[in-house]
Amino acid sequence: MVKVTYVQPDGTEVEVEGNEGDSVMATAIANDVDGIVAECGGSMMCATCHCYVNEAWTDRTGERHEGEEDMLECAAAEVRDTSRLSCQIVLTPDLDGLRVQVPEAQV
Amino acid sequence: MTLVEGHKQIAPDTAVPVWDTDPYDLEVLVDPYDWWADLRAKGDVVYIPRYSALMVGRYETTKKVFSDHENFLSSRGVGLDDFALSKPWRPPSIILEVDPPDHTKTRKVMSRAMSPKVAKALGEDFRQTADALVDEILEKGEIEAVVEFAEAFPTTVFPKAVGMTIVNKRHLVDYGAMVFNSIGPDNELRKDATTRVPEVARWIMEACDRSRLTDDGMGALLFEAADAGDITAEEASLLVRSFLSAGVDTTVTGIGNALWCLANNPAEWEALKADPSLTRPAFEEVLRYTSPVHTFCRTSGRDTEISGIPVEEGTKVICSLGSANMDPEKWGDPENFRVARKPVGHLAFGVGIHGCVGQNIARAELDAVLGALIAKVDRIEWTGDPVWRPNNAIHALDRLPLRFIAK
Repeated sequence: MVKVTYVQPDGTEVEVEGNEGDSVMATAIANDVDGIVAECGGSMMCATCHCYVNEAWTDRTGERHEGEEDMLECAAAEVRDTSRLSCQIVLTPDLDGLRVQVPEAQV
Repeated sequence: MTLVEGHKQIAPDTAVPVWDTDPYDLEVLVDPYDWWADLRAKGDVVYIPRYSALMVGRYETTKKVFSDHENFLSSRGVGLDDFALSKPWRPPSIILEVDPPDHTKTRKVMSRAMSPKVAKALGEDFRQTADALVDEILEKGEIEAVVEFAEAFPTTVFPKAVGMTIVNKRHLVDYGAMVFNSIGPDNELRKDATTRVPEVARWIMEACDRSRLTDDGMGALLFEAADAGDITAEEASLLVRSFLSAGVDTTVTGIGNALWCLANNPAEWEALKADPSLTRPAFEEVLRYTSPVHTFCRTSGRDTEISGIPVEEGTKVICSLGSANMDPEKWGDPENFRVARKPVGHLAFGVGIHGCVGQNIARAELDAVLGALIAKVDRIEWTGDPVWRPNNAIHALDRLPLRFIAK
C-alpha cells in the first residue's frame, strides 16, 4: 500500500491507502476524496483531476506527460509549476507518503 | 485462408467457453440487458462461433483489452472486417482506425480542436439553443422527442461549432448511423446502410472541404494545423469527416437516452431538479446506464492473451462496452439509474488512447440540454411506449413519445 494525503483548499487533510499501480486520481475516486472530479476517467481528455504536488515530492512524481500540458492549460483553477493531472501520477513504493493539494475548482 | 465476416477464422483455445449466439441479433440490439448478463456469466472471454470471434463483457477484462493498444489494434478496423485482409468500405478513419505513431499526431490535433477550453467557449451558444428549444417544446407540450428534441439540438449546434456552411440535417444524422452499422457483421442493418453510403458519403466529403467551412469553427482549427504543417490538408478534411461521423448521431443518442432515463425514473428527475450540481454526473450515469456506443472491436496484432487465455494473432475481439457498464462486480447495483452515482471509469466513451476525443463537446451539449430542462420543466411523462432502434454499434431510441410540463 502507498499512503497519499490530499489537502483540501480549506486546509483539511485526508490520508488514504492506495494500491501500487493505481493513479493518484483513481485512489481519490476509490476513497471519495472531494474535489477530484475526473470526468474523462483517466484518458487525459479533460482537466478535472488537476492537483498541486507538494514541492517536497515533485522530483519523485516526475515530469508532465506528453499531452498533459495541453489539458492543464484548460484547468479551471490557477496552473502552477507543481500542477499535474492526478490521473497521470501512478503510485509506486517510492511515492509512499505523497502529499497533493486539491485546487479550488475543477469545472 | 478462410475469412469469416472479413477476418481470419480462428481456432480458439480449449479453455474458452463457446457460446452459440448472435450479439448482433435484432432482439439483442433492441434490448441487450439480459443478454449482457449472460455474456458476463460465461466468463472473462467467450468464443462466438457464428462470427469466429472472441467477445468480452466483464468490466475489468473489457477495460484491459480496450486500453491495451499495443496488443489489440484499431488499425485493422473497429468492426468485424480485418483491414489487413479485406478492403474497408470507406477510406479508414485516420484517428479511429489507426495505431501509434500515426494516431498520436492526429489525436493531438483533434484534442486541441475539441479541448475543454473550446467546449467551454461553445457553452454559451449551446445554452441559448437549448433554452430556445425547450421553450418551443413546452409550447407544443406533446412531442416525438427523438426527432423534435434529440436530433434537433445537435444538428443545430454542432454544424455551427464545426463551421459548416452547407447543412443537411438528415444526412448528418444518418451518416453516423450508417458508419456505426457498417462496423457490424454483414446483416440487414449493414446492407441497408451500404445502399445509402454513396449518396450520403459524397455529400459529407463535399461538406468537409475547406472551401465549405467558416474560418472560426473547429474545422478551421484543423486546417490551421494543416497550414502549420502538423497534418496535411487532406488529413484535415478526413478529420472534419470524423467530426461528422462521430459527433452527431452519438450526441443525438445521448440526448434521447437521457430523456428515456429521466422519464422512466421520476424520483431521479426530482433529485436532479432539487440539486442542479448533479447535472454533469447525471449525464455520466445516463452514459453508463445506456451506453450509446455499445460495441467496438479490436484485432490482436500478435499472439497474446486475455485473462491468461492464449489469443492468436489476427483474432477479432468484440468488446461490449454496454455490458461492462452494467457489470455488478464493478458497479454494485448497475440496474439502478442514480443521478448521484458519479460513475467515474464507465466505458461509454471508451478508455485509453482511443477514448472519445469529442467527449468535452458532448458533455457541454448535454450540460446545456439538461440545464435548460432543469430550469424550465417540472415533469416529463410518457404519452406512448418508447421504441429502441437496432444498430450494430449504437444503442439509440427510435421513438420517444413524451409530454413536457412546464414549471
